[in-house]
This record gives sequence, structure tokens and C-alpha cells, in this order.
Amino acid sequence: MSDLSHAPAPSRLQKVMDSTMMYSFRRNPVAVASLAVFLVIAVLSFLAPLIAPYDPYDPASIDLMNSEYPPAWVNGALPEFVLGTDDQGRDLLSTILYGTRLSIIIGLCAVALQAFLGITIGLVAGYVGGRTDSLLMRMADIQLSFSTLMVAIIFLAVTQALFGSETFNRYAVFFLIAVIGVAEWPQYARTVRATVLAEKKKEYIDSARVLGFGPLRIMIRHILPNSLSPIFVISTVQVANAIISEASLSFLGLGMPPSQPSLGSLISAGFDYIYSGSWWITVIPGIVLVVLVLVINLLGDWVRDVLNPKLYKG
Amino acid sequence: MFAYLVKRVFQAIAVMFVISLIAFAIQGNLGDPLRELVGQSVSEEVRQQLREELGLNDSFLQQYLRFAGNALQGDLGTSYFFKEPALDVILKKLPATLELVFGATLIIIGLSVPLGVYTAIKPNALLSKIIMGLSIVGISIPVFLTAILMIFVFSVELGWLPSFGRGDIVPVWGYWETNFLTADGWAHIILPSIALASIMLPLFVRLIRAEMMEVLQSEYVRYATAKGIRPWRIYFVHALKNTLLPVITVGGVQIGTMVAYTILTETVFQWPGMGFMFLEAVNRVDTPLIVAYLIVVGFIFVVTNTIVDLIYGLVNPTVNIARMGA
Repeated sequence: MSDLSHAPAPSRLQKVMDSTMMYSFRRNPVAVASLAVFLVIAVLSFLAPLIAPYDPYDPASIDLMNSEYPPAWVNGALPEFVLGTDDQGRDLLSTILYGTRLSIIIGLCAVALQAFLGITIGLVAGYVGGRTDSLLMRMADIQLSFSTLMVAIIFLAVTQALFGSETFNRYAVFFLIAVIGVAEWPQYARTVRATVLAEKKKEYIDSARVLGFGPLRIMIRHILPNSLSPIFVISTVQVANAIISEASLSFLGLGMPPSQPSLGSLISAGFDYIYSGSWWITVIPGIVLVVLVLVINLLGDWVRDVLNPKLYKG
Repeated sequence: MFAYLVKRVFQAIAVMFVISLIAFAIQGNLGDPLRELVGQSVSEEVRQQLREELGLNDSFLQQYLRFAGNALQGDLGTSYFFKEPALDVILKKLPATLELVFGATLIIIGLSVPLGVYTAIKPNALLSKIIMGLSIVGISIPVFLTAILMIFVFSVELGWLPSFGRGDIVPVWGYWETNFLTADGWAHIILPSIALASIMLPLFVRLIRAEMMEVLQSEYVRYATAKGIRPWRIYFVHALKNTLLPVITVGGVQIGTMVAYTILTETVFQWPGMGFMFLEAVNRVDTPLIVAYLIVVGFIFVVTNTIVDLIYGLVNPTVNIARMGA
């Protein structure tokens, strides 16, 4: 041991760079490109207040006379609107940047909520076992048998009718996060429970119990770190799904209002103008949405292959 | 098996009970039935009398029992907008939705089996890689966006196919009018069916591929090869048969998901089915219709899931035992 330690200990960054995961990442051009595209979209959208040429939330900067100008490369465009303007005269580039930020935030927060609920329930179900376990897992089965989108549509539709659209619009972000977050917890709960059941039998858990650690500490400090890789695998795909769900709900008018558009509501607003030839209001945000979800899915595929080769199924 | 069946049916009834409670709670809190009936111009005394007659002053339990009793007899209230029994309104819209789901299912089955089998047999072929690449792109495009882009290309730019409605439909039986008997009907159903199929197709291609690759590794397939059975017979008779069990199970569960996606597809194509009707009902705050839709859709989900579970338990005895033990 003392002989080996003559060489300087590798720094944390060096350890990460030398890990198998980084190696497989560097060898996979699709993963590298996906991450690069994702980072570009994420950074640009989060810097939206700084780099966007206009503020789409500020009514003073919007002029209805500017509505429906095409993107700069089409005849009849105004040079100051690079991607054209939408039906309300907002600069499409700025609106897309703000909308993408909103879509990513809602997606991440919804998945964080899913993960929190699912991991807690999964840990408890797997560790406690018995009747608690069968009850919780039966609930998960039932919840999974209803499609998320269906539950979300009905919940948001009723909420909207109940509160009226003005109140609903003000809190739409929270409603969306809540409903997407709550509807998908079984995905996490099932996976976490399965790994807990496998880990629980191992000797290090027994020894921890003999040392007198309480169940809470064993669950969080000992079992949870060993179930992280399947959690990681699900999370990427779940973020992509959450972004799609948010866009779908906003498209139906059950999500973000047009005054504060996410990518879905932007596409929805543009759909009314597609017959009159203003395709860009729909198509450009649509492309951004597809690229965003696609790179997350590609990253998810890569993560799944690296961390969990056995799980290679649909 | 019998115990499993009883257990499963009992669970289905319990879930329906919860759905009916939720539906009832919505009905009690959403909108005011008196205002819908008589408007604003009625004195307070008459209102109280009407409330008494309608049973709106009864206890929650009494009201729920009456609601559940009526629901069991097929009475889900009267739509404010259509002035017809809500269940009738939904049943009239149901065939349009079912035909759309049927069209999408045809596309999914017709394409996913050959594509899935091909990509499993030749995992390294260029075409397989293209198919798998397209499948991940397919998963990443939301249904409504596929629908919009297809309208933009095929209806607006090229003008080949109509972009909304059902076109010429032919009455068949009762409320059922079909798209499949006229050329115009076919033209109208193609785009919505493709849009609805687009989200499920990649999932099924990937599922069939994964299952098929697993089966192709098994001993009996190698034995069949050693016996000299021709490859296509091994693939399509021996291997495919064992691939289909999980595919059918997933397929059954996805029927429910498909109902949710019909709301999106029908909205884009203004398809006069029950999904489009539901969104209109929400915009009009037509409470009885919203509640009736909730119960009908909940019923479809519960019934399909129960049947799929039962079939699965029937053909795969190991599931059965494991569940009974739990």
C-alpha cells in the first residue's frame, strides 16, 4: 500500500475521466453529439433573458402589426425577426427560447417529483414487505394500467373547469408538474422495490442491522446508493416522456396559456395558422421539441446500454 | 385459477367503485345543475323547492347511492348541451373512435411484425439500423405533432388527402356508421390512423425485435436449425409464436393508452369521436357529459386490463401462482 502511494493520488476529475462510463461515452459518437446538442439547447434556453432579442412576456415589446412575418430566409421577412413572428407579433426566436426553458423546467421538476415519490414508496415497500408491500404494489399496478396522459387530461380538464381559466393559467406550471409527477411514480417504485428486494438479502445489510442501525438509515445510506443505476436509466427516458406529456397537454389547451407559452402551446397557437401558409409558427417550435426529446432519448439509450446491459428491451 | 379470477374481478369492481366516487365528486362540485335547468330568473323559494325535488339537499351518501344506482341502469345524466342522455351522446361518438383505433391497429400489426422480425434476424444489416434509428425518432415525435406535420405536407402543400372530418360514411347498424365502405371515407381515415399508429409502432417494433432476439438464442430454435428446417419456417412458425405472448399482453394494455391518444388525434383532425367530444364538453363545462366520459373510459380501461390479465394468467401458469401467493 505504502509503495503504491508514491504516485500522486488521481484527482476526482481524473477518476471520472478514467471510468468505464466515460470511456464508453467517448467511444460513442451518437452519445457525444446528443449531449452536445442537449447542452446547447439547455444553455441557450436558460440564458433566454440575457440573449433573447425581445421579451415575449412584456406586452410593451409586442406589436400586433408585426404578426405573422416569415423567417429571415423567406421572401417578405423583416430582418430583425430571424425566425419570423407568431400570430401575436412576438419574435419567434425569443418565444421559442423562453418556451424551451419552460418545457425543460417542467420536465425536470415533474421527474424529480416522480423520483421522490417513487423512490420513497419503492424503498418502503421493498424493505418493509408483507401487507404494506402488496398494497403499495397493487396501487402501482392500478395506477400504471391507466395511461398517464388520460389521467392528466381528465385531472387538468376538471381543474380548469373548477377554478376557471384565469386562476388555472396562473398556476398552470404547478398543476402540470404535479399531475405528470404523481401519475408516473410507479415506474420508479417498481424498479426501486426490485433492487431493494435483491439488496436486502445481502450480508452487508445484515451486518448493518447487527451494528444497530435503524431501518431509515439502512434504507437511505446503504440500499439506496446501490439502486442508483436503474434509477438513472429510467430518469433520462422519463424526462423525455414528461416533456412530451407537457407539450401534448399544452397543445390541448390544458397546460401553459398562450401568454406564457411552452413549446406545446406555441405549436398549438400556430396550428390555427397552418392553413393560411404561416407554417413557421408551428413547424419551427415543433422541430425544436423533436430535437430536444430525441437527444434525451438517444442519451437514455446509451445510459441504458452502459449501466444495465441486461435490461436491453423495448 | 378460479380464486385468481374472483380476485381479479373483485379488484376490477373496486377500481370501478373508486372511479365512480371520483366522477360523483366532480359532478357535485362542477357547475350548478339548477342554473343549467332554469337560468337566473327564478326566485329563491322556487329554487329551494326545486333543490328539494331534485334531491340536492340529501346527504352525500344518499346522493351517491342514487347516482350509482342510475349509473348501473345506464343512466349517466342528461347532457346540458345536447339535451340528450349523456350515455347516448357518447355511444353515438364511440364508433368513430373505434374505427380510428381499428385503422391504427391494422397499421401497427401490419408493419410491426415484419419490421420487428427482420431487425431481429439481421441485426447488423443497414436496413435494420435505419429501422431502429427511425423508431427512436418516431418515439420522440408527439402524436399531435405527427398529425400536424402530415396535415401540412399531405393536405396543405400537396393537397392529396383531406385534413378534417370523417367524409362520406355509410350507416351499418344502430349508431355505427363506417368509413371503410367509401373511397372518401378511406381518404379521411388514412392520416388520422397513421398519426395514431405513429406513437405505438416504434414501441412494438422494438418489443418484437427484443423478444425475437431472445427466442432465437434458445435451444429449441438451434435444434430446429440442426434438424434442417428451412429458416423462414423457423422464424415465422417456431420463433414468432413464442414472441407473441408478451406482445399481446403489452398490446392489451396499450389499448387504454390508445384511447388517450385518440383525444389528441381527434382534436387535430376534428374527428367526430368521443375524444373530440370530451374536449368540447370541457370547454362548455357540460358536467354530465364529462362525468359520463370518465365512467365510460374508466370502464374500457378496467375491462381491457382485466381481460388481458386473465388471458395472461390462463396461458402463462407461472404468473398465476406467483400472484396467488402474494
